[in-house]
Parts: sequence; C-alpha cells; structure tokens
Amino acid sequence: MIRAQNVSKAYGEALVVDGVSLELPAHGITSIIGPNGAGKSTFLSMVSRLMPMSAGTVTVDGLDVTRTPSDVLARRLSILRQDNHIAARLTVADLVAFGRFPHSRGRLTVADKEHIDRAIGYLDLTDLAGRFLDELSGGQRQRAFVAMVLCQDTDYVLLDEPLNNLDMKHAMGMMKIMRRAADELGKTVVLVLHDINFASWYSDWIVAMKDGKVRHQGPASQIMRPEILADIYDMDIKVHEIGGRRVSVFYE
Amino acid sequence: MAEDIATTRTLLRPPAGSRRLALTPRQVLVLLAVLALIAAVAYMTVGAKGSWSFVLPFRGTKVWAMTVVGCAIAISTVLFQTISANRILTPSIMGFDALYALIQTTLVFVLGGLAYATVDPQLRFVVEVAAMVLFSGLLFRSLFSGAAKSLYLLVLVGIVFGVFFRSLSGLMQRLINPNDFAILQDALFARFSAIDPTLLVVSTITVALVCLWVVRMLPVLDVLALGREHAVNLGVDHKRAVSEILVMVAILVSVSTALVGPVTFFGLLVSNLAYLIIRSHRNALILPAAILLSVICLIGGQVVLERVFGFDTALSIIIEFVGGLVFIAILLKGKGR
Amino acid sequence: MKLVLAILAVLLLAIASLFIGVSDVSLPTLLSSAPEDRPMQVLLISRVPRTLALILSGVAMAVAGVIMQMLARNRFVEPSTAGTVESASLGILVVTIFAPGLPLIGKMLVASLFALAGTALFMRILKEIPLRSVLMVPLVGIMLGGVISSGTAFFAYRYDLLQTLGNWTLGDFSGVLRGRYELLWLAAGLTGIAYIAADRFTVAGLGEDFTTNLGLDYRRVLTLGLSIVAMVTAVVVVTVGAIPFLGLIVPNLVAMAMGDNIRRSMPWIAVTGAGFVLACDIVGRIIRFPYEIPIGTVFGVVGSALFLYLLLRRNARLG
Repeated sequence: MIRAQNVSKAYGEALVVDGVSLELPAHGITSIIGPNGAGKSTFLSMVSRLMPMSAGTVTVDGLDVTRTPSDVLARRLSILRQDNHIAARLTVADLVAFGRFPHSRGRLTVADKEHIDRAIGYLDLTDLAGRFLDELSGGQRQRAFVAMVLCQDTDYVLLDEPLNNLDMKHAMGMMKIMRRAADELGKTVVLVLHDINFASWYSDWIVAMKDGKVRHQGPASQIMRPEILADIYDMDIKVHEIGGRRVSVFYE
Repeated sequence: MAEDIATTRTLLRPPAGSRRLALTPRQVLVLLAVLALIAAVAYMTVGAKGSWSFVLPFRGTKVWAMTVVGCAIAISTVLFQTISANRILTPSIMGFDALYALIQTTLVFVLGGLAYATVDPQLRFVVEVAAMVLFSGLLFRSLFSGAAKSLYLLVLVGIVFGVFFRSLSGLMQRLINPNDFAILQDALFARFSAIDPTLLVVSTITVALVCLWVVRMLPVLDVLALGREHAVNLGVDHKRAVSEILVMVAILVSVSTALVGPVTFFGLLVSNLAYLIIRSHRNALILPAAILLSVICLIGGQVVLERVFGFDTALSIIIEFVGGLVFIAILLKGKGR
Repeated sequence: MKLVLAILAVLLLAIASLFIGVSDVSLPTLLSSAPEDRPMQVLLISRVPRTLALILSGVAMAVAGVIMQMLARNRFVEPSTAGTVESASLGILVVTIFAPGLPLIGKMLVASLFALAGTALFMRILKEIPLRSVLMVPLVGIMLGGVISSGTAFFAYRYDLLQTLGNWTLGDFSGVLRGRYELLWLAAGLTGIAYIAADRFTVAGLGEDFTTNLGLDYRRVLTLGLSIVAMVTAVVVVTVGAIPFLGLIVPNLVAMAMGDNIRRSMPWIAVTGAGFVLACDIVGRIIRFPYEIPIGTVFGVVGSALFLYLLLRRNARLG
C-alpha cells in the first residue's frame, strides 16, 4: 500500500501540492485525474522520491521513501515521467535492459534476459528491439520506456501520462497492458491521466485532484458523475452508461 | 532543455554511410590501440640524432606525460558529459581549469613566490588538488544535483564562472611583484618539454587510482547517462554518484592543467569522436576509445608538428584550432536531419 | 526621471575619473595655475580624453551587445561570444604583419572588415544549424571565436607578436591620449544610428519571413546591424582593446530590471554601460595606486560576479 500523509510542495509562496493525505490500495489500477496545474505530476514525483517534499511523509509498504535506500525502493517501485529524452545512443533492447539494473547492478543473468525479452514482447516491440531510440516514432519510444519500467518488475508501477504521444489504438493497447499487468501479475499501477474516459474505463480507483488538494476519490463508477466532474473541471460534463461502464461527453 | 538534448542527439548521429564500416566496438578499440602504439613509436624514433640511450628516456618521458594527460582529459570529459547528460559540455567550458589556475595564483599570492617555489612540488600538487576538489565540490554540486535546473543556465553559469576565475587570477597576478609573477608563470604555463619528473609520478599514480574508481562505477555511469530521473528510478543514489564523479573530474582536471595548462576543446573533440566511432552507449567501451583517441591526437599531433613541420611548442594552439573546427563541422553535419 | 538621475550619477563618475591619477590635478591646482601649466595640460591631453574614451566605449559596446542579441534572437550573444572580437583582432594582426605603416583609421577599417566577415560567418553557421537552441548559439560563437583566436595566436607566435596581441584582447585605457582616441566618436555615431533603427532590429530578430511580411528588407536590416556591431567592435578593439562580456552583462542586467522593450531600455543600456566602464576603470586605477590594473581584468571580476549573483539568485527564487 502507498500511504501519503500531509504531503505538500511549495515553490516560494505557491503551494502546488497542499497537504495531501491518501491511501492508494494495493493491486489494481488507480488513476489520478484533474485539471492542469492540479499538482498531479508533482504529487507522483514526490511519491516516487524524484522530487523532495516540502512537508509530509510517503510510505510504500511501510518504507519511508525519503529514508529508504534508493536501490531498495527501486526493486519495489518504478516511475516513468513524461518527456523522456536521452542523450546516449541506445537501442530498444539496451534501454529495456536498464530495467534490470536494480536487480543485477549491470551484470545480466539468464533470468534477467528472460525478463527483458518478456517485457519487449509485452509491449509488442520484438521487431524493433535492435532499433535505436532516435529512429523510432514518439509512440514507439513511449512504449520502449514503458517496457523498461515493466522490466524493472516492481510491485508498484507509477506512470505520468503514459498515453502522451500515443494514437487511439496504441493508447487503448497501453491501457490493456496495464490492465493485464494488474490482473495477471498482481501489480499496483498508478497513472496520471488526462482523458477521463480512459480513466473510467480501465481503472479500479480514481483520485481527483484540484488546486493541490484531493477533491474526491473512490471507485471509478462513483467519481464518474456529472456533479463531481463539474466540481473538478468547472464545466458541464454529461455521463452516459455504455455496456455497464460510464463514459463522459463534454462537447457542446 | 529537452530540445537541446534532442538536438545533440540528431547532431551526433553518424552519417548513414558509416554503417557499412562493420567493425564491432571491440575491433575499433584494437585498431585505436595499434594506432596509438604506432604514434608512440614514431614519436620515440623519427628524426632521432645521437645516442639512443639519451633519446629514448628523454622522449619516453614526454610520451609518458602525454599519455597521462590524454587519459586525464578524455576521462574527465566523458564523465562530465555523463553526469550532465549532454555531449557538448566539457569541464573546461564550465571553468574547471580556470579554477585550478586561480588556486595556483592564490597560493602564490598568499604565500609569496619564494615560499611557493621552495615547497616540495609533490606536496604542492596534493594541496592544490585538495583545494580544487573542495571548491569545485562547493560550487558545482548544487548546480548538478538540483532537480529542475535548466541546461542553458548551467552552461551560462559555467562560462561566467570561467571568466570570473580567469579575471580574478589576472587581477591577483597584477598585484604580486614581478619575481613572484615569473614563478607563477612557470607553474601556469607548464609544457611537455619541461615536465617535473616527480610531478609526473604523482600524476600517474593519481590518474591510475581514479581509473580504478571509474572501473568500479562503470555500470552506474551507464545508468547516469539516462538522466537524473531514470537514474533515481533505477535505484542509483544520484546525489552521491554525481558528487563522486565531480571529485574525479576535479582531480583529473588538476592533473592535466598542472602538466600542460588549460585546453578548451580537446576533450570535446576526443569525446565526440569516441561517441561517433563507438556505436554503443556503454562507458566500458566509450571511455577506452576516448582515452586512445586522445593519446593518438596528442602524440600523433606532436610527431607531425615537431618532426614534420619543425615547430616546437604550438601544439595546444593547433589542437584548439582543429578541435573547434571539427566541432562546428559536427554541428553542421546534423543539417539535413 | 530615473534616467536623469542615472545620467547624473554617470556624470559624477566621469568627474571623479578626471581627478584620479598620479599627477596632481585638482580644482585648486587647476585654478591656481595658468592654462599652459602642467595640471591643465594633463587634464586636456590625458584625463579628458580618457574619460571620454571610457564613456564612448562603454556606451558603444553595451549597445553593440544588445543589437547582436536582437539579431540572433538570443540573450547570450555579444561581440565576444560571436567571433566578432576575435576576428577584429585577427584583422589587426594581419595589418600589423603586412602593412605596419597604415594609419590608425586604415587599421580600424581592415579590422572592421574582418569583424564583419567573422560575424557574418557566425550568423551563417547559425542559419545552417538545425534546431538552434538557446544553449547552442553562444556555444557555437565561443567555439568559432576559439578557432579564430587560435589561428591568430598561431601567426602571432610565428611572428613574435604575442605580446602585442595581448594589448588588443585585454581592454586597457591607460594609453589613451588626445589624438589617439578620437575614432571612438565614430562608434558614438554608429550607436546613434543603432538607436534610430532599433525597431527594425527587433523585427529582424523575429525572422526573415516575419520581416518580409512587414515590408522590410531582411537582408538589408541584418547587414546594417552587423556592420554597426562590427565597426563598433573594431574601433573599440583598435583603440582600447576588448572588454569581454560588457555587451552581455549590461543588456541582461537592464532587461532583468525593466523588461525587453528595446526603445525604452536602449538609453538605460547606454547609460549603464558607460557607468560600468567608468566605475571599473576608477577601481583599476586606485586599487594598486600608483600602478594601474587594466579595465578588462577589473571588469571581468566585477561584471562576472554580479552576473553570477543575479543568475543564481533569480534561479533560487524559482526553486
């Protein structure tokens, strides 16, 4: 379980994340939604110790993220942020292999190689494994980074806007992979998403943030209600039920 | 910043034709080692007059010095580019060697030239390196470990640091008396032709120790090249790793500056050539390539200059010229892509 | 109003500058001696020209810096980060080697041509480089400058002129006398033209398409701007030597304080440039009295420290 207590981030006077206390359930997919500037990405960065907190504590399975040695955490929790640019010239296979670093410190074992092949297969990258990252399209590159994170084989997988750069087909494919990772491998997946319909369709739990605070949280079906969405996004959003799941429409 | 890195990446992509050169990185390394050896042998033997027992030790010392310096410059540049996740920065662009010169000047300024000159050169070197590690640590650590620092700010601060250090040294050089200045001049503009053998021994040991340290860190280096966020995600203690590498860079820059004075573009030249010919991200391959290239350029350049053109000390000038030109050419080559 | 105060402050500095030096020049000695006596002569032959040279070159280099920044659309470009200064030095070296008898104005013109060619080469390289980024532009300029100056150093070394070369690369006003600084008035004139054409440079900085769309001839504006920069640089390098980073620091300081409206900030840039140079020269003259420390050195210390402070303070505030 990921537990955040009173987590805040301040830049000078401005509070970007304002006293968030939250328990993210183990297993399944949790999506964090909210308007721009709600503090979603910042919160995720603090949970994953990429960014120091101004106040508060975060524990992952009882381990304090600011005190636990980084390599211990790296075997338990992985994070992928948006906008990944790498100066070094890497092939897809090279990149994915880095996911095994927390386990093998750079000396790949047979078991590591199996993990790598599986992750590459999972993301449908087998044909591209030998290609250099700078020869790929944005979407392919995004999938390569996700493969690296999955190859890290951690219980918790945190992804910041993983659907960026992906077309509809690949966005759906990505969410299906997350679903499979949660269902088949028992992972806890935490996503920051902009598209609330993807969040609704694929996640078990939704956390809605606004102005640095958690405004609402609950099972997807409870958050996908017109009055709650209107409160978060300050606009009229209609919600329809299709095939037992809730889909929002916000075009006028 | 993202754009900068993307740019560098496109710029540094080798031309399409080079793929036909189907040498593996290991073969390339062997080839480079052979070339380096040829350069060394040529330097030792071409145009030798008089007895071998005089020529060989005399020239051997120079080859030795150039190898040490070549190692120091190549390693420090590649390490520095690894932690800044960027391929166009070098320690000297960021003012490291200017800092070393400033430390030397300050010592003369405070102690006086006579005291400075009479101190055992090895002890002096150790003190200078220690000061260098301390101050560069203080100055640069905060710049690198910060989360959201922009690259251009880093470069700009580095360039201005360089100007500041150089001007401050210049100011102090004006304030000391001419005798002290002459002593300082000797220390600042060291040349291969007049290298203190004891200093060379200390330098060699220092560089060898740093090399061992680097070898131990090789896997971590590969991860650091992915950038801070990925490195942290993969469990690297980023702050500590960066501090360690900055210490190594500070030591190596001290060695090379103490032996030959500041060189701006040389590291840039050899590191980028190494990235070009070693088509791998692994520092275990890139570092040796950069070292060998650096030795080839230094010794080979000296052969051409001394033996072919008959010039004596202008190698650093030529290296700056060629290094700068090659770099601009690399930038221009990215044009069509 | 504030500008008037600033100008007054610069005037005060200028007056202070007149009365600092080894020879005893002060109001009482001036009043008590005849015009042809030593104090008055020192004042007229050495002190006044020096002070004027300081003001003129400070104004000119600061304004040249801001023009370059507009044309290259980059805050970190100035004559010493674009190969201009280095090219001008190369030009002077060539004149010194091949036509040592040429009068100062001739040297200046040759240096201007070299400076123009170097700067044009820089702009040309910038144009060829894909995806130019904030970082890349000054780096390319510094590289180009390095290449040119190592070429210069090579020939200076061959012809045993390294020491002379030092005179042009490090600004020093101690040699300024009546009859040896007047070229700087040319720089002042060019600065005036730059002020009148300021808006055009802003437009040209937005790109060729944009400029053409507004009905301006892009190439002509660019050529005008670069020519002004090249000539100003050449004049300053020939008469007093380069003052590196002046053109970078002053416009950036002014922009931090009052934004980027060029018409509004140009007078400030000019005044700040003059004030800065005067102050640094005064410091250089009194810190080790009666010896002098070249202004290039003093400015390097003061200017870069100030710039670092501003950069890092602003950065700290942003987190």
